[in-house]
Amino acid sequence: MVDLAFLLVTFFMLTTKFSPEEVVVVDTPSSISELKKPESDLVTISISKDKRIFFGIEGQQAARQALVEMGKKHRQPAFTEQQIRAFVLLPSFGMPMNRMGQFLAEDSEGRKALAQPGIPIDSLDNQLGDWILNARLANPNVKAAIKGDNDADASTVQRVIQTLQDKKVNRFYLVTDMENKPAA
Amino acid sequence: MAEIQEKGGGGGKKKGPKKQSTKIDMTPMVDLAFLLLTFFMLTTTFAKPNVMQISMPVPPEKEEEQPPLKASNALTVILGPNDKVFYYDGLVREGEAVPELVTTDYSANGIRKHLKERNTNPKLFVMIKPLQEARYKNVVDILDEMTITGTGAYALIKDFTPDEKKFIKEKTGIDVVPAGANVGSAATAPAAPATAAPAQ
Repeated sequence: MVDLAFLLVTFFMLTTKFSPEEVVVVDTPSSISELKKPESDLVTISISKDKRIFFGIEGQQAARQALVEMGKKHRQPAFTEQQIRAFVLLPSFGMPMNRMGQFLAEDSEGRKALAQPGIPIDSLDNQLGDWILNARLANPNVKAAIKGDNDADASTVQRVIQTLQDKKVNRFYLVTDMENKPAA
Repeated sequence: MAEIQEKGGGGGKKKGPKKQSTKIDMTPMVDLAFLLLTFFMLTTTFAKPNVMQISMPVPPEKEEEQPPLKASNALTVILGPNDKVFYYDGLVREGEAVPELVTTDYSANGIRKHLKERNTNPKLFVMIKPLQEARYKNVVDILDEMTITGTGAYALIKDFTPDEKKFIKEKTGIDVVPAGANVGSAATAPAAPATAAPAQ
């Protein structure tokens, strides 16, 4: 029994991959698609239940470059090395650029305490579009995945898709859970 | 932690090292093993999420370049509020016979049945039009139905023609507010030219 316990411990230790802490809980719908989510070269656009939009960049180098470019575009004071380092470790974020510096200056506890309003996507201030553009400039192979909540409304999703299309991203993924294929 | 117990008591009757058995108390180690086991079992995430790949049609430079869609090949699916779905065959056009609008749901006997019936036509083109009240789950569900029924030609469309709006209002009493309507519609893919009238 002890042998078995240790065997299992070893098994779980080796197979476990700590999932990064998500800023927002997104309960994805299910589909019969069997395509697996790619591990790298991915930007994830999460849409929460309350219509907030979060953005996540896979890959630290790409995230660093995208942040610096975004800072320049939105006329933010240059980010310190410490802020950039905090940024590249974030799995996803939902902060408009004007508060990004302050957000990154906090420690991880402080960041958790700050309410993230989501990334603006209005036609006047479409920062999501800018993020997508800069993520693609930083990594041309990047693919976009939309991770929406079951209860997110179709409007927000349509707007995100519209933003992607405006940036000439016509091919993207929708993140879903697995579902069994119905008997034909 | 581990204590070594000597068997044979403290007496001086040792006959040799062979007889002396050593036992280690394993309880703490087993405790620890199970603790770790529980920890890893609870923290591990096996299911890697799946993805569906979506390819949106590239918006054409000129709208006139597209051939018009024939009414007999058209099926419009409208994603409504409260997980309802409406569909009609053909197109709604001024001065033409009004198609029948059917209300159904996302179950196996709902929209899937009709999609299968219509799917015998290889030229079938499905226009998916979410209303503002529709949920994201509905969008994924309907795209999934397309995969299940093997419908190849479909598009997510945002625009409703004025005739269509009137028609839906008459039949269901729902005011048509297309999803994402407050964005400029100029770049929307008018995948089906029959519905290419831009939303106001």
